[in-house]
Amino acid sequence: MAPGRATRENSGARSRPPLLRGWWLGVALCASALASVAVAGEIPDAQRRSGSEFMSPQTRAMQDDDTANPGLLWVLEGEALWSRKAGAAAGRACADCHGDARASMRGVATRHPAFDAGRGRLLSLEQRIRACRTDRQQAPPLPWESRDLLALTAYVARQSRGLPIQPVIDERTRPFLEGGRASFERRQGQLNLACSQCHDGNWGRRLAGNPVPQAHPTGYPLYRLEWQSLGSLQRRLRNCLIGIRAEPYGYGAPELVELELYLMWRARGMPMEAPAVRP
Amino acid sequence: MARAMVSVPARARRGEIIEIKALISHAMETGHRRTQDGSAIPRDIIRLFVCTYNGTEVFRAELHPAIAANPFIAFSTIATESGTLALHWTGDNGFSVTESAALVVE
Repeated sequence: MAPGRATRENSGARSRPPLLRGWWLGVALCASALASVAVAGEIPDAQRRSGSEFMSPQTRAMQDDDTANPGLLWVLEGEALWSRKAGAAAGRACADCHGDARASMRGVATRHPAFDAGRGRLLSLEQRIRACRTDRQQAPPLPWESRDLLALTAYVARQSRGLPIQPVIDERTRPFLEGGRASFERRQGQLNLACSQCHDGNWGRRLAGNPVPQAHPTGYPLYRLEWQSLGSLQRRLRNCLIGIRAEPYGYGAPELVELELYLMWRARGMPMEAPAVRP
Repeated sequence: MARAMVSVPARARRGEIIEIKALISHAMETGHRRTQDGSAIPRDIIRLFVCTYNGTEVFRAELHPAIAANPFIAFSTIATESGTLALHWTGDNGFSVTESAALVVE
């Protein structure tokens, strides 16, 4: 986002009237009281539900209809970018190495964040695209949350629609998974809330009139009506951190990528919906 | 980059009511927002959407600042003859996009 431009990212939190802020505190107190009664465990497989099942029928219809889903605008742009040459390496396009994305990128989004042996760390799908751009195309990396990065990510993620989420968990990625789980369960921020208190312990209940979903990242990058734009999972995680009044990690921070991996593992087996629509 | 997605049935029977759906990429900046340093962000919206069917106007919508980004417009018309549906969006800062779709009436 260009500097100086007003952001819609946090407008909800800023414009919330003082009355509702008190309400939030009440929610926090309720949540902590509940958590002290029963330590919320992981959600049993049979009870796991995608965020789309908590939406209104109208929003679900919007997601399922390719002619009404605004995320498809980004997918179309990504398709054009896929074969556009860029960079110093005599101008190379994604398609020059990867060919037809409909075949080569099928299932790729279900396996990210993935371990990158060369870097010795986890890479999210956005980071993988940025890395490809600097290493293979020798072009400047696409800025975080830029239209082009979201478009390419949406185009790649779209090729996994309907496929089950299956991150690779082995001895290399397990420490990151455990790190992600620890931050999911760690109380943080001025409200002293952990992700798990809402999303494991109180899903299906309401927070300020909205249902609390189970936090399964099945549809990212997704179109949020509140954002009036497509956004990444990291943008959503940063929103949640701002909501509990914690200092949000920067885009690409290892903590966010670990959390992404834990959330993907938590949603393993659930079908991908990208690009999804959420309220 | 302006991109539009138009959905028109490829074929229809004569006299059938067909649904046309149009989605366009646009920020729909209201003109009421300010940047973090307080300067106003100028308005940048789509003002008018018109659909013509073989040159005859069949649908028109005026758009206003309260309409969300990436406006989606769905409407219906009666399939009378084979031809072209042309959809035209115009707006602030010289915004102008035209998309067309062919319709075969049997």
